[in-house]
Amino acid sequence: MTLAEAIIARHAGRPVAAGEFVEVPVDFVLANDITAPLAIRAFRELGANRVFDPSRVALVLDHFTPCKDVRSAEQCRAVREFARAQGIPHLFAEGRGGIEHVLLPERGLVLPGEIVVGGDSHTCTYGALGAFATGMGSTDIGYAMATGRTWLRVPRTIRVELSGELPRWVTGKDLALHLIGMVGTSGANWCAFEFAGKVEALPLDDRLTVANMAVEAGATAGLFPPDGEVLDYLRGRAARGYEPVYPEPGADYAEAVEVDLGRLRPLVARPHSPADVVPVEGLGEVAIDQVVIGSCTNGRWRDLLLAAEVLRGREVHPRVRCIVIPGSQELHLRAVREGLAEVFLEAGAVLSTPTCGPCLGGHMGVLAAGERCVSTTNRNFRGRMGHPEGEVYLANPAVAAASAVLGRIASPEEL
Amino acid sequence: MVIRGRALVVGDDVDTDAIVPARYLVTSDPAELGRHCLEGLDLGFPGRIRPGDILVAGENFGCGSSREHAVLALKGAGIGCVVARSFARIFFRNATNLGFPLVECPVLRDVAEGDLLAVDLRRGVIRDLTSGRAFAAPPLPPFILEILDAGGLIPWARRRRYGA
Repeated sequence: MTLAEAIIARHAGRPVAAGEFVEVPVDFVLANDITAPLAIRAFRELGANRVFDPSRVALVLDHFTPCKDVRSAEQCRAVREFARAQGIPHLFAEGRGGIEHVLLPERGLVLPGEIVVGGDSHTCTYGALGAFATGMGSTDIGYAMATGRTWLRVPRTIRVELSGELPRWVTGKDLALHLIGMVGTSGANWCAFEFAGKVEALPLDDRLTVANMAVEAGATAGLFPPDGEVLDYLRGRAARGYEPVYPEPGADYAEAVEVDLGRLRPLVARPHSPADVVPVEGLGEVAIDQVVIGSCTNGRWRDLLLAAEVLRGREVHPRVRCIVIPGSQELHLRAVREGLAEVFLEAGAVLSTPTCGPCLGGHMGVLAAGERCVSTTNRNFRGRMGHPEGEVYLANPAVAAASAVLGRIASPEEL
Repeated sequence: MVIRGRALVVGDDVDTDAIVPARYLVTSDPAELGRHCLEGLDLGFPGRIRPGDILVAGENFGCGSSREHAVLALKGAGIGCVVARSFARIFFRNATNLGFPLVECPVLRDVAEGDLLAVDLRRGVIRDLTSGRAFAAPPLPPFILEILDAGGLIPWARRRRYGA
């Protein structure tokens, strides 16, 4: 069995094969300030009174927080009231939280071998830890909160064999964009990616980025077998006991592709598709108005370090707003303690408390008509960050930072 | 059950931000969401929708964010059903869970804006009454039909006495 099949089989209590429908218990359920209100409505419509296990539910107020208007505040209040009434300890909000998919791995709440379902499409991020984690809508999440179960169609698996070492200024983001460019925005619909070969060449933060963007190719999950780096990371952090699961030899893969990391270069996805991927240096002169560095895709420590390395001693171009958003309170504090905050602020960047805000055109960096942004986020759909005539180019944090300095899309090599 | 309506045609990769932009996700009211239905594609789109219209899409309809508000917006705008060459997984789940009719038909092509369609949900047949063409969709898996027949995941679950 593939890694996806092996994890699902363990939960189903029997062997499973790609394509079949199964009902399985879930280990953890999450929702955010946008999806939780509807999930709570579904939960009530089911006639449920108690969540299946309050310690296995997380409610993360991250999308429109700190609340951007009265209506978003009302949604957050409703989620808080639900958490209180249900005795859910893992309610995360301003000052003690962060962006859900940065935060939950950090708190050890999502673990290898588990099945995690979340009311957010980027729930697949936890595949980097070897969890079968996938995004669903609110009705599914209301059902999972009530019953501790979900239904799944066992995905076919696309195996991605990695070799080589990442060149300088190339990150997991470039691997993600390369894969999405290769298979297209629906090339992995109802499939899982499973990474194999030299996974240790990708630091864990980069694997989280790669798994995060699996959904941009339509994938149900993006799975890495948990290696020593993952097990070390979870030591002293894991909220529960866990048992890692690995793919079986001779598993049946629907497709296999190979990627030599050493041949990747810094890439960008042009508007308005994450699959419209080209090397940065092939772009020509593209002037920009805004840069966003952060999000559930690229708001982790290695991302902040790379951006700071580029911005240290330099200035953001006078025409550009550069918004840096650490993905969690812990990372924000670390950025202050280790001097990164000073680097960003001295360069003329904005340093924000954790929020998803600008990624989905919510707040903290919405685009006007005709404005162009280089963003380390995950989606550059038309209108995603604001006005439908705004443009978003997706890139890694080093490219985003170099672009902020030069006022045009640029590789850090140019500095 | 056969749904009849006028075709409203959109392209490939219509994402859920296009169906309902995130700035409107401060409500779960279908009527309010429906007033912004497909506004991300074209600011004038909501004004072109007439109740009972059938949305005809290409590949990967509903990709992107998991927001169930996308299905609520289509419902709220009065769209009778969506037929597409393919649907993104999460959108397909959401529509199924809410009992909103979809037909996935990989051979669907050349439907013109304004054509009159008749969609037989149970048999998976899409007839273009204007052009005289018909398209057959592969049958739905029995498990999905079970949920649809119940009217969505919640009635399906209540029938099985979950959470009751």
